[in-house]
Amino acid sequence: MAVKVALFATCLTDTFFPETARAVVRLLERLGCSVEFPLDQTCCGQMHFNTGYREHSKPLARKYTDVFGGYDYVVAPSGSCAGMVREIHPTLGESPPRTFELAEFLVDVLGVTDVGAWFPHRVTYHPTCHSLRMLGVGDKPMALLRSVKGLDLVELPDSTQCCGFGGTFAVKNAETSTAMLADKMRCVLDTGAEVLSAGDNSCLMHIGGGLSRLRAGVRPVHLAEILASTEEDPWRATP
Amino acid sequence: MARNPVTWLGSPTFPKAAKTALADTQLRQNLRKATGTIRGRRAAAVAEMTDWEQLRVAGEQIKDDVLARLDTLLVQLEESVTARGGTVHWARDAEEANRIVLDLCRAEDAQEVVKVKSMATAEIGLNEALEAGGVHAIETDLAELIVQLGDDRPSHILVPAIHRNRSEIREIFQRRMGVEVSDEPADLAEAARSYLRQKFLTTKVAISGANFAVADTGSIVVLESEGNGRMCLTLPDTLITVMGIEKLVPSWQDLEVFLQLLPRSSTAERMNPYTSVWTGVTPGDGPQRFHLVLIDNGRTATLKDSVGRQALRCIRCSACLNVCPVYERTGGQSYGSVYPGPIGAILTPQLVGDLHDPLAASLPYASSLCGACFEVCPVRIDIPSVLTHLRAEVVAAKGRTPESIAMAAAAWMFASASRYEKAQKAGSLARFLAKDGKITSLPWPGSKWTSSRDVPAPPKESFRAWWRKNRG
Repeated sequence: MAVKVALFATCLTDTFFPETARAVVRLLERLGCSVEFPLDQTCCGQMHFNTGYREHSKPLARKYTDVFGGYDYVVAPSGSCAGMVREIHPTLGESPPRTFELAEFLVDVLGVTDVGAWFPHRVTYHPTCHSLRMLGVGDKPMALLRSVKGLDLVELPDSTQCCGFGGTFAVKNAETSTAMLADKMRCVLDTGAEVLSAGDNSCLMHIGGGLSRLRAGVRPVHLAEILASTEEDPWRATP
Repeated sequence: MARNPVTWLGSPTFPKAAKTALADTQLRQNLRKATGTIRGRRAAAVAEMTDWEQLRVAGEQIKDDVLARLDTLLVQLEESVTARGGTVHWARDAEEANRIVLDLCRAEDAQEVVKVKSMATAEIGLNEALEAGGVHAIETDLAELIVQLGDDRPSHILVPAIHRNRSEIREIFQRRMGVEVSDEPADLAEAARSYLRQKFLTTKVAISGANFAVADTGSIVVLESEGNGRMCLTLPDTLITVMGIEKLVPSWQDLEVFLQLLPRSSTAERMNPYTSVWTGVTPGDGPQRFHLVLIDNGRTATLKDSVGRQALRCIRCSACLNVCPVYERTGGQSYGSVYPGPIGAILTPQLVGDLHDPLAASLPYASSLCGACFEVCPVRIDIPSVLTHLRAEVVAAKGRTPESIAMAAAAWMFASASRYEKAQKAGSLARFLAKDGKITSLPWPGSKWTSSRDVPAPPKESFRAWWRKNRG
């Protein structure tokens, strides 16, 4: 029987990066899951919580439990939002349903590392802080990428250093955030990669925003889009 | 009440100070090199230990136990120290502590005192208070001496002169010691050694901090690398130790855990070169008068906060500074306090105890919440959680602000999927601001983002709109 999965698209991906969420749907369905997208979902409350608006984050955490409570598996294309649900929602009095970051779900629940993807590009991967340190996703995204046909994976130097996004940190401490971004971009450029990938569109929007400003010629692409890409239905750059 | 000197008078808020520091290319270079080196060495020193995680848990539990029983353990410490011939003094705040130490120096008729590197005395501004009272304090730790001779401020807990490279240090030594010296580390160390040796042999009073105090024996422990501490702790007639009330361990056996955790976390050494332990006064051996000054200076108030109190577990190792991506770029002085970096961001505001203070209120935001600090902390202080906890207190202290109004509006919008969807549709109109798929300039506060980063143009169709059309 197909594994039933609820997609938590996250507000950022839903609004700015719909192609990532469509890629998750394609990928999970290809792997035999049935995917639902409860339309009542909005935001996990992370921005509010992390900026000091704990009280405002509570109703959003409650809403998350209400919307996803009936599902065995919730999958989010974001380590940061999955971390907020799993680690923080319980401190706000919620018992959230089992929520996974995409790479974790693929490797730990579905038990696959070769998802049958094809992506003929030189790629480097930024592991993102919350995936690494809140969720302990570890090497799973790299294992998935190593199994992608045609993909030339280059290791990112100092990969575990934060890119400087940090939610409202990027505007409250814009100069420091930019200094962190500069070093991250230097590491990305040192790899000679054409594509920078990550499991979080927030970090990708930050690093990608800097790379775009510099006309650096590196494209940010979410992990889900790489894994969804096949020889029959290959990833295409959106303009 | 006098202001708490844990923050430096006149320091700007963190973002302002950071902006200035980020422009200092020499500082950036010095910090990148220094923190990069120590990070790698610490990781290697820790990787050797098979029971590191158990040690961290033990460190956390011992410290939590101490904090829970502080009232009785402190009294026990006082009894133990007194029984062994020492004198214990209690200081509510910096002002009281400084007065006690100054009076003790005056009673010894000391015009000069030698000092072992100590965060507690730096926190209370002891050197400045002694100077004002006519007593000159000489720092004997090499890095602390560099800061003192350079009329500078410290920028790191363990290596207060980490922001200086060796050519800058050479310049300071030549100017202040009046000697010719090269910028070779060995020559610089020799210059400091000659300068200090004479002070050790002639000065009658020494002042130290304490890494640990053992409640049941009254023993005080100082860990150091240079041997200057050993000189200060053994040669003078009188020893005055200033210690925060949280530095206790219940028994001698508990030191086993911390003497493994601390050196590997701070200097990446398996064992630090000098560990000095003394218990009261030993007739005919070492200082014959011993005073222990216990300082509160905001610690009892910190203890009241069930989330924030874990900051008092800190053993001042600096591992969190060395791995912090913010610290690496801004340096320590941007934090406006002797406690910089992630631990400073949670400890300083609590010791200040007033989140209406603009600097204190800015510190919990001096982090991207990347979590690298928590990962390395030898006593498992969950710094990111304390940061968000303190941010909530800052928000409460500030009351109504443009930000709080915007946040309330966003929360109201997110509370309903239909409001969220309407906002999404309205926001997607911003794509008309875009050129070539990106927005390069937004009005304030968006300008804070677009100053260095483009924003992707919002797509015509959100994911949910696509889903509704194709799958709904």
